[in-house]
This record gives sequence, C-alpha cells and structure tokens, in this order.
Amino acid sequence: MKTFLPIALGVAVLAAVPIFVHSNVVLNFLVVTLMIALAGQGWNILGGYGGQYSFGHAAFFGTGAYTTAILQANYGVNAWLGFAAGIAAGAAMGGIIGGLAFRAGLRSSYFALVTLAFAEVLRILASVAPITGAGVGILVKLDLRAQSFQFQSRASFYFVILALVAASLIIAQLIERSRFGVWLVAVRENEDAAMALGVNATAVKLGAMIVSAAITAAAGCFYVQYFLFIDAGIGYGTWMSIEALLTPIIGGVGTVFGALVGALVVKSLGEGAKLITGDVPGLDLMIYGAVLVLVIRFAPRGIVGALADIYARFGRRFAPSRKTAVEAVRG
Amino acid sequence: MLSPLILIAAVLNGLMIGAVYALVALGLTLIYGVLHIINFAHGALLSAALFAAFFAYQKLGLDPYLAAVVLTPGFFVLGYALQRFVIGPASHGDDRNMLLVTLGLAVLIENALLYAFRADTRTIDLAYGFKSIDLGFTFLSLPRLISFVAVFAVALALWLIMSFTDTGKAIRAVAKEKLGAELAGIDVAHIYAVTFGLGTACVAIAACLLIPTYYVNPSAGNAFVLIAFTIVVLGGMGSVPGALIGGLLIGVVESLGGFFFGESLGQVGIFLIFIAVLLLRPRGLFGASA
Repeated sequence: MKTFLPIALGVAVLAAVPIFVHSNVVLNFLVVTLMIALAGQGWNILGGYGGQYSFGHAAFFGTGAYTTAILQANYGVNAWLGFAAGIAAGAAMGGIIGGLAFRAGLRSSYFALVTLAFAEVLRILASVAPITGAGVGILVKLDLRAQSFQFQSRASFYFVILALVAASLIIAQLIERSRFGVWLVAVRENEDAAMALGVNATAVKLGAMIVSAAITAAAGCFYVQYFLFIDAGIGYGTWMSIEALLTPIIGGVGTVFGALVGALVVKSLGEGAKLITGDVPGLDLMIYGAVLVLVIRFAPRGIVGALADIYARFGRRFAPSRKTAVEAVRG
Repeated sequence: MLSPLILIAAVLNGLMIGAVYALVALGLTLIYGVLHIINFAHGALLSAALFAAFFAYQKLGLDPYLAAVVLTPGFFVLGYALQRFVIGPASHGDDRNMLLVTLGLAVLIENALLYAFRADTRTIDLAYGFKSIDLGFTFLSLPRLISFVAVFAVALALWLIMSFTDTGKAIRAVAKEKLGAELAGIDVAHIYAVTFGLGTACVAIAACLLIPTYYVNPSAGNAFVLIAFTIVVLGGMGSVPGALIGGLLIGVVESLGGFFFGESLGQVGIFLIFIAVLLLRPRGLFGASA
C-alpha cells in the first residue's frame, strides 16, 4: 500500500480544498484544471511511458464528448450510461487509430502526423455531419440531478473530477509497477532492442493507446456534463491535442503525477497572466508555449523530474532519479 | 452538361495555388530531409512572414515582391538563429524533444502575433491584385501566375545551391550520414541551422507571393501547413521533386474536390489522402525510406 501513499496524500489535499474555499471562480478553475489533467494523464500513458508522441489526442476527447452528448440529446440515454459509452467509444477510436498506425510501423514524426490528421478529419466531419449538430454543436438538456450526472454545486462536480483524476493516477501507478509497464518503457527507450528481447512492441503500444484514449475520452465526457455543450472546435480542435501533451510534458513526462502537476502549474500561470494584464487574447497561450520550450530546455523530465533530481542531489533516496542508461552515460 | 473547359479552368487554378503549397512544403521537406523532424512551427512562421509582408506594404509602402528581397534573408537569419540557439540546444539531441520544441515555438509565435495584432483579418489592396489574364475560356489571376513562375525559380535556385555549393554538399552529406559528415569535419549544428534557415526563407518567399491575393491573421499560416504536411508525406519526406509534384497534385485535388463536393469536404479529401499515404506507403511517391 506504500506505493499508493503519495496518491492518497495528494488527493486528500485536493479534496480538502472545498472545505476552505467557497469561491465559485476558484472551484471552476480547479474543475477545468483537473479536467485537463485527466486528458493529459491519458496522453501520458502512451506518450510518457510508451514514448509515442500523439499530436491528436483531441480525437479521443472529442469522441468521448460527442458520444455521450449524442446519446443523451438524441436518444435520451441516461448520462452515466452515456459516460461509460463515451469512454468505450474513445477506447475504440484509440484501438482503430493505434491499430492502423502501429501496424503500419509509424514512429516519431510519422506517428505525430497521422494522429494529427485523424483528429483533423474528425473535426471537419463533426463540423458538417448532421448527427454531431454540424457547425452548431450539441446542447445537453439542463437537468440538475445526480442521476443525470449534473449537480447544483460546483463542489460536487469538483469531487467527481477529482475522483476521476485519482483513478487515472492509480492506473498510471499500476501500469508503472506492472510487467506491461516495463515492456512499455522498454519500447520507449529502444523499440528494436525491446523487440529483440521478445516484447511484442505493436501489441504493447496498442494496449497503451487504448488505455490512453479511454482516459482522455473520460475527460471529454466530463466536459459535456460540466458545460452541457460540445462543438467540433472544442472537442476535436487542435488546442485540445496540444493541452493534452503540454501538461504531462511540463509536469513530468512518464511520471504518475506529471500531468496533474503540469495542469496545475500551466493553468495557474495562464490565469495569473490574465489577472495581471486583463483578458488580452493570446497572452496565456504565449506563456504556455514559452514554458514548454523552457521546460524541455532546462528540465527535460519536467517539474516532477527536476524535483526528483533535487532530492537525489541532497543525498536522500526519497525519490530515486529515473535516469535512463543513455542519460547516465552522457552524465 | 459539364463542360471540359470548366474542368480545365479548375485544374489550372489548382496548379496555381498548388505551386504556393509546394513552396511551403519545400521548406518543410528540406528541414525533414536533414533534421528528420517535422517542423511544427512552420505555419506560425508563415503567419509571421505574412504579417511582415503586410506591414512592409502598409507602413513602408514596399511592394510585396520587393519586400521578398529583404524578408527572405531576414527569415533565413531568423530560422538559423531559432535552430542554433533555441531548438538545437533545447532538444538535447532527441527527435521527440525537437518536435515538442517546434510545437512550443508555434504556440508562442502564433499567440504573440495574436497578442500584438489581435485576431483581425487584414488584406492589402494592390493595383495588380485583381488583374487577370484572359485565356478565352477562363481568367488566370496575374499575381497567382507570377507566384507560379516564382516558385519554380526558387526550386531551381535551391537545386543549384544543393548541387554546386560547398554548403549544399555539406547539407546533403549531413542528410545522408550525420556521423560520417561530422567525422569529415562538417559542423553539423551549423548545417542544421542553415537548413532550418533555408526552410524558413522558403516560408518568407511564400508569404510575399501570397499576400497580394490572400489575407493575414495570426493563424493564417496553419491552413497552408496542414496541407504542406500532406504534400511532404505524399511526395516523400525529404524529397524536393516530391514536394513540387505533390504540391501541384494537392492543389488540383483541392480545386476539383471543392468543385465537386464543396469546400470543407474537399479538405477531408486531402486528409484522407494524407492518412492513406501514411498508412499504405509512408515513404511517399518519391521518398527513399520511412
């Protein structure tokens, strides 16, 4: 149980926030931040542990969001069932895209491009197809009852998304400690070597993609419940893909807490910039871009990685640094 | 009854716009051929170049075609500096990091433009902006014809640089065998930066050719770059003739697709080609190996 202690502590701290903070603005900020953390954690499973950098995770966010929205708005399906269906649809989309891309042997730039292209095709299709509400999008009926996954108070939404994030942290921790996780990291570090040792790289990557897509799709489903609206630009837009990869990379790629830490830092910076300069378009995103470049330059393993290094340097083996063999040789 | 003349007109129009696509793709494929990464900042740099051309005309009264003389070396230096001082050092020699750094730069540049100039779409009015040549059955826009010719001139110039200058030979050496080139005394970091500079210079020329008939806003470049990705993949990553032919082909596909299926579905056609090529023949039509 010791391995899950940091997760329990982190979640407990976050769960205590609504006791002290009643401001809807702050809670709203935290809900959105945790939602991005969840989407980012999905990316982190595939990109962080598996080294497959997807530039189109919006494909899964949007698929989850649209599935639950369409089921509720057009077919009157219960929101919780829609939520489960959305996650399943996202996972299926991950299976399709991953199956095609990995079987074709696409890596690095090619994988980035094909994921981007799938997200763009879905965006264009969603912006013309009648079932997705074409250019207008889909509105979900207001029905503030827990059984329709809608709540009167922001705090309830906050606890739901926190529970989802907690689940995603546990999934990452379980993967990290499993045989599957070791295979995944082996594929990331050297795919050919991993295959030579008998790891079925395609199957491992595909498995990671499906889990990854399911988690990001859950964030999309939550988006619909929270905002009761989805359109092609939000669901399948490029910006969603960028945020999903930005947060774990800034927080700490391939670490359990990376996406959560990254989302908290990135969103706080963005909001901070808005507070100082007023709502000038572009400034917050400008900061995101700059932070991304700076983190890769000066802390390539993200904030969590940098903190781990600092602990290691002070002699305590509290958080052993996870340098790869290559990095260790390079110093 | 569908007249073949209308189709020919659509094809001609496609070729005209395809030439500019080809030029944007040329910069991208050049960078891929040597650095082996997709430059995600390409679109943002194109937007920046469009703004530069726009303000050169608006504030200084500089004709876009003249502005190209200044902007091309200017963007070469910008590209060189970006690779040498930002992308290179930040990526720690890892492809994936390089992708992310160019993405970070894209977000940074695009939003800096948004912050500085807002989301307004701007155009310039030139005396020759709407001039066209009467071919009897259709009209060809004069600025587009000029850009068509100019693109081939640029491609020729690039080919000459690559074939006959020492720098060009060094670039080809690094593209083929980086370690070997380094052992032979070639400064790889410098060659990387020169290549990135050349790719960025292509974008500046493309912007000057586009601005007479096109508009500018902070995300104007993105539309071109998504298409340029397709072209680069279709023509084979790193292949210069592939980029040219792929560009013209995609221009025609878009024009005909828009003609038959309407604008937005025509775009889906491009992406479907993109995905199909990536999955079925990732080395493209002219590429050596994926």
